[in-house]
Amino acid sequence: MSLFQQWAFIVKEALDKSFLVAKFFCSVHVANTYLCSTALVQGPSMLPTFSLTNELVLLERISTRNGKAGTGDVVILQSPENPRKFVTKRIIGMEGDKITYIVDPKNSDSTETVIVPKGHVWVQGDNIYNSYDSWNFGPVPYGLLQGKVFWRIWPTSAFGSIGRRPETVDPALKVLEQANQS
Amino acid sequence: MRSASFIWNVCKSSFTFGLIGLTVSDRFASVVPVRGLSMAPTFNPPNNSSSFGLFTDDHVLVEKRCLTDYKFSHGDVVVFCSPRNYKERQIKRITGMPGDWISVPFSYDAVKIPEGHCWVEGDNPTDSLDSRSFGPIPLGLIRGRVTHILWPPQRVQKIDKKLPRSGLSF
Repeated sequence: MSLFQQWAFIVKEALDKSFLVAKFFCSVHVANTYLCSTALVQGPSMLPTFSLTNELVLLERISTRNGKAGTGDVVILQSPENPRKFVTKRIIGMEGDKITYIVDPKNSDSTETVIVPKGHVWVQGDNIYNSYDSWNFGPVPYGLLQGKVFWRIWPTSAFGSIGRRPETVDPALKVLEQANQS
Repeated sequence: MRSASFIWNVCKSSFTFGLIGLTVSDRFASVVPVRGLSMAPTFNPPNNSSSFGLFTDDHVLVEKRCLTDYKFSHGDVVVFCSPRNYKERQIKRITGMPGDWISVPFSYDAVKIPEGHCWVEGDNPTDSLDSRSFGPIPLGLIRGRVTHILWPPQRVQKIDKKLPRSGLSF
């Protein structure tokens, strides 16, 4: 009888502990998908803002979920061409905006103007010379946005918030910005 | 004093239950009601569509495990986020995968589905807002695959992969 009681105690203890672990993982999952999470950013496409090497950033999911992410925000989105890949880009225009972009920035500065369709956003990397963005795959549906990048954790020397696009020095880009703002 | 601790316990357990429920519905499976007639022979068949409501609509089981690798095939019924309005969920059948050629109805055009996209259509072509109006959608918008009908009780069944009657993809 006492052996049975001992076993019952052990089983109960194990169940309690595993329930606690499950609860912990559930809270982590909910916080990750609904509040905020971390991401590793790398590559040349966001060059003035993020360097080539790995950088650890915080992204918050609330504003993309509520449709509050707007022009100028850095977002992480699922690539429309490969759903397993996530890319970091900056939102240049929301639905209904008129976007002027350079068709082939490396060779010429001829521009083209499009209007972003309903429910879509126009995303671009900060480094337009080496970025695979809406220029290649067109406007992306808002549903692909995963979160807004708002804080940089690593490297610690650059610890701090990530804001709007810095003032550009490239004259071609300046013309574009003025065209987009008007 | 007793009632305060009772309320605290109720709050705590409902919070835990919510956390676990949210995780399960995000990671494994969830149940969603189907509104509208766009998938009519499969969901919400016309004979009981006289009154719309929470209890007459079909409820379907949506599994989320397929979202880890995004492997879908022709004929899968999927839930996706509408490309026109990110808050809206739609249920349609995949009829074209990347690389397929789809002939667009009402125009003598064929479009090639780009990499990472798919072509979705409702089973009821007369009353469906689908890829025929907004074009191919990115696979990343897909939020789950419909596997079973759970409600009403007389219609509990598995959803089979069915290719569209008018085989447009070749």
